Amino acid sequence: MTPQLISGYTATTCLGHGLDATLAALRDGRSGLKPCAFETVRLDTWIGEVAAVDDQKLPEMLAEYDCRNNRLAALALETDGFAERVRAATTRYGKRRIGVFVGTSTAGILQTELAYRRRDPATGALPADFNYRTTHNAFSLAEFTRAYFALEGPAFSVSTACSSSAKVFAAAARLLDCGVIDAAVVGGVDSLCLTTLYGFASLELTSARPCRPYDATRDGISVAEGAAFALLERAPASPPAGAVLLLGAGESSDAYHMSAPHPEGHGARLAMEGALRSAGLNAADIDYINLHGTATPANDAAEGKAVAALFGERVPCSSTKGATGHTLGAAGAVEAVICALALTHDLLPGSPGTETPDPAIPLDYLLSSRNQPIRRALSNSFGFGGSNCSLILGVAP
Amino acid sequence: MNTAPLSAWIDGIGFLAPGLPDWPSARAVLRGEQAIGSTAAALQAPAILPPAERRRASRVVKLALTIGLEAAAHAGADITKLATVFAASGADGHNCHALCEQLASDDRQISPTRFHNSVHNAAAGYWGIATQSQAPCQVICAYDASFGAGLLDVLGQVVVDRQPTLLIAYDSEYPEPLHSKRPLPDVAGIALLLTPERSARSLARMAVSLDDSVPTTMAENALEALRAAVPALRGLPLLDLLARGEAGSISLDYLPPLQLRVDLQPC
Repeated sequence: MTPQLISGYTATTCLGHGLDATLAALRDGRSGLKPCAFETVRLDTWIGEVAAVDDQKLPEMLAEYDCRNNRLAALALETDGFAERVRAATTRYGKRRIGVFVGTSTAGILQTELAYRRRDPATGALPADFNYRTTHNAFSLAEFTRAYFALEGPAFSVSTACSSSAKVFAAAARLLDCGVIDAAVVGGVDSLCLTTLYGFASLELTSARPCRPYDATRDGISVAEGAAFALLERAPASPPAGAVLLLGAGESSDAYHMSAPHPEGHGARLAMEGALRSAGLNAADIDYINLHGTATPANDAAEGKAVAALFGERVPCSSTKGATGHTLGAAGAVEAVICALALTHDLLPGSPGTETPDPAIPLDYLLSSRNQPIRRALSNSFGFGGSNCSLILGVAP
Repeated sequence: MNTAPLSAWIDGIGFLAPGLPDWPSARAVLRGEQAIGSTAAALQAPAILPPAERRRASRVVKLALTIGLEAAAHAGADITKLATVFAASGADGHNCHALCEQLASDDRQISPTRFHNSVHNAAAGYWGIATQSQAPCQVICAYDASFGAGLLDVLGQVVVDRQPTLLIAYDSEYPEPLHSKRPLPDVAGIALLLTPERSARSLARMAVSLDDSVPTTMAENALEALRAAVPALRGLPLLDLLARGEAGSISLDYLPPLQLRVDLQPC
């Protein structure tokens, strides 16, 4: 892959709004998880809920997009000066030359879940104020983001469950490479809803405690919401020192099961190998791995096997889902931003909640955060349906 | 726009729509050799699905696999190694309705199968299990622009990654009450196998660019009704040229006013 410049980025999760809050929490090893009290959900589990999402007002012109998912998107876009960066890029390149590629698994389906409680008792019809296109549909996030900046370039949503917003980086890089666009707004937003909370509970994949990735006693995920965005542009021949770059991406399929990973991590390994090949790097060039690490027994065992086979115990690695929870379709973008923070702040993030790394998984697993300069980080994102994506980010010397 | 067009060879086609059960019948209708049928789209679970998945296969899964396999067979491609791009304007509408109905009831204990079938990439997951392909698999949604969005991502993979890539664009209906909010008529879809190099099977070469052109419509009313009603069938004007084996320039509806101009040169 031709390296792409990540010229702006932001993330909002239960750790807080924006990069400073995220970085401080990662440094201190804090978790943002809390017992589930979302909406009317009564489940014995912990969640990652973003503060003040419903206080976010959308611009009046975009009122039809109003739903929790797009409120969270707007909240993130207005953090860390990200919106100003997109507007400056629009001035540089023109609104036709900027693509919008975003990942989500459930978009604004909460809106539909709530609308089903308000069906007409006689006809069964949904309420007139319910707008499928601008809230429920997976494209609503891309359409909202595009309209937010009045962009007119190509756009789509990627929806491959929990790998969605990693795969948008790869898709945007391809279209930058073949000259269709000059910049891309990429990212991921997923928000709490009944479908995912009750759904993961039905699969017995939620933990009754805060999730404990890679712990010997791990027993499930903490469902969370989050939003992260990045601005991609073609990298100059000599990027300025400290610039964050997308160096490679690898995508693969497990071809194994709808909701369980391949036990040997075959698909995961193919994605990581693909990312290394795409970046023209060897395993020895990677300084930190942000694991998918959902904290289910099956995911961490399978991913751990694949990482250990490729990297051995040489590379420090951690899942940051003990801090953020599993932000599902937003996880790829959230964790790419965490890698960008790690690269620019000499930070190896730890794993809040994890106490005893699983002795059956031979990795250099980081329990607590520490300072160490790193040049290149790999981030894993795997999803239902066996969809895998690994990204490699680097920092210019 | 000062961009060179994105080029690819078309090696295989799959098709399914109401009254048009496969590509040969659609081709004959597009060539004016026979009239469009009047039956609803007929679906079968492909035999390559393992028994457990065949039992759980929904209408969208059957649809996506059927047209994808038809295009791959038409091209003589090895499905165990093919990269894929699934483009759909929505997920499984019947499953979505059942989930929302149950989550609005007093008993919210949904079934695990309902939950994993609810993801937008369910059909792609079943495709992987059926074909055993570990190749990259993309799943896109762009509401009414989903065909164009899928085509754009396939072209990115063909042009940049230099790999044959199968586009599977498909849509399925919602039951009421969602049907009133999103009135898709039936299952329908188009699959295209695009490759970076010309092969013995190549049917035509396409060159695609983004512009403000006016989308091409279908001359025949029934076909135009399908093109307009089903996002996945926005690609019909391209199939029209392919059916006739004619060179031409058409415009596919994408994100108005941004459209996909396609110049087609048959082999």
